[in-house]
Amino acid sequence: MTITLTHFLLISAVLFTLGLYAVLTRRNAIMVLMGVELILNSANINFLAFSRFGGMDIEGQMAAIFVIILAAAEAAVALAIVLNIYKRFNTVNVDEISFLKD
Amino acid sequence: MLDTIILNLTSILPEVIVTATLCVVLLVHLFDRKNIQLMTMLTVAGLLAAFYVLSGTVGANSTAFSGMLSVDPFAHFFKIVIVLATIVVALMSRTSDEVNAERATIGEYYFLLLTMALGMMFMVGASNLLMMYLTLEMSSLSSYVASGFTRKAKDSSEASLKYLIYGAFSSGVMLYGISIVYGLTGTLDLNGINTVLQQGSSSPLALLVATIFILVGFGYKISAVPFHFWTPDVYEGAPTAVTAFLSVASKAAGFAMMMRAFKVMFIDPAATGLAEGSWALLSGIPLQHALMVLSVLTMTLGNLVALWQDNVKRMLAYSSIAQAGYMLLGLVVFGNDGFAAVMIYFAVYLFMNLGAFYAVMLVANTIKSEHVDHYKGLGKRAPLLAVALSVFLVSLTGLPPTAGFIGKWMIFLSLINAKMIGIAIVGVLNSVVSLYYYVRIIRNMFLREDQSGETAPLQFSIDQKMLLLFLLIPTLYFGLFFDQLVQFAQMSVQMFGMR
Repeated sequence: MTITLTHFLLISAVLFTLGLYAVLTRRNAIMVLMGVELILNSANINFLAFSRFGGMDIEGQMAAIFVIILAAAEAAVALAIVLNIYKRFNTVNVDEISFLKD
Repeated sequence: MLDTIILNLTSILPEVIVTATLCVVLLVHLFDRKNIQLMTMLTVAGLLAAFYVLSGTVGANSTAFSGMLSVDPFAHFFKIVIVLATIVVALMSRTSDEVNAERATIGEYYFLLLTMALGMMFMVGASNLLMMYLTLEMSSLSSYVASGFTRKAKDSSEASLKYLIYGAFSSGVMLYGISIVYGLTGTLDLNGINTVLQQGSSSPLALLVATIFILVGFGYKISAVPFHFWTPDVYEGAPTAVTAFLSVASKAAGFAMMMRAFKVMFIDPAATGLAEGSWALLSGIPLQHALMVLSVLTMTLGNLVALWQDNVKRMLAYSSIAQAGYMLLGLVVFGNDGFAAVMIYFAVYLFMNLGAFYAVMLVANTIKSEHVDHYKGLGKRAPLLAVALSVFLVSLTGLPPTAGFIGKWMIFLSLINAKMIGIAIVGVLNSVVSLYYYVRIIRNMFLREDQSGETAPLQFSIDQKMLLLFLLIPTLYFGLFFDQLVQFAQMSVQMFGMR
């Protein structure tokens, strides 16, 4: 069996769905952020697969590199914010951190 | 090679100046930690220099960095709005108690402010999908941190976490949409995508899904319903100066990016039989209907929920959601008129919304409350502030003779010219609803007596009054003398490479 573009797209769609599911159902802030990472990486797989199999230029691979760097920067900022939350509230459960309400 | 880089850098000189300023601020912060005056002065000086360069390059129309960034009149207009908003917010922050409580890290605050501004200035020019995503994240990442800047306050920390989760999620979905568009068209350049799409899409369904995913990212940035959930919490929890900045500059940048993306990607240049200044979308993309639904939902929900708010800051948050709805009406037109109307709206929104938040911040500084009941009797205790706040609120409602009226008038006029009377009526009805909650604050200030028996007049320093007047005067001026503003906006609709 040869691996084609469809396989990659399938994998990325599954990853995207899992990420979406994690963001929507998980209550732990860290788990939510991991869901976001899954979404970003599913997009990366798309970029790479299209670039490799779609007969397209290098632009997709370049995009993937930028996204990887950005994901790292985002993780750094996100963890700092979560750390600050933990110091303030002693929990990282997003349901318990909601004092701003109607 | 070096020559082209230098040439490109000169065409984005305002951004270069802002970058230099933020480096200087960060460096000075290392040596002189608590000098608020110096930090403000450096920030404002850098921004004024950027503003000066901007005012000298009106009409420039080119691209930089091999088509990554457009330096065109459209971007130029929004850069002016963003730089002005940043200057006002920097001056606002200097007298903000919330910000000054974090004296030891004050340099970082101005650094974050400038990074946000820089990201937004790139956003308005981005003409490549990857560039759009990167610049959106650049302004978002610093916004997350800035909204949690007062680390000691629980509200502020919560605001930054909520902003982070919604923001990271929405931009992730947007990126997935971008990757699908790349797969369908083989390029990330907006003009290139347009060229490919003109030949007809191979998979209309995939294109539709990708467009919706990208719309999620834009919707989050401009806080359009149903991507608005972060807005009330973040606006209430963040320091008021940051809230004011997010509500004006961030929204302006998001709108500019969205307008450019949709216009350049989805317009059909071969369409014939159109009125002067209007465009046709490529077939198979029901963008106009999607935006119409989004706009009606946004203004209706924003206005209806604002009716029940007792915290003035939260009320203004819902009001700013509703304002985004009015601005989306201008996009629905899909013509130069509508786009110009949105730009005029932003020019006046800059003054009235920053003014409203500034007044709320000054009140919170002195009476330590943002509750609408505590505004009772302010008409007697702080006459100038109460009058100014009333003018800003009347302007946000869109009543003459304030600038807000001109903004709304231009948007409704463009709708009527495009024969979309029904949706214009929805907009007008919404303005009537919004009158109720805006007037509630004015009524409390002037017609209700303070129950606590507190009658001592509120004291404001001379520079606080000056800044208030600086925001108040244009709000009234543009309500009466709007010709030049309207002309400038109509001139600035021009995007690079477009008719």
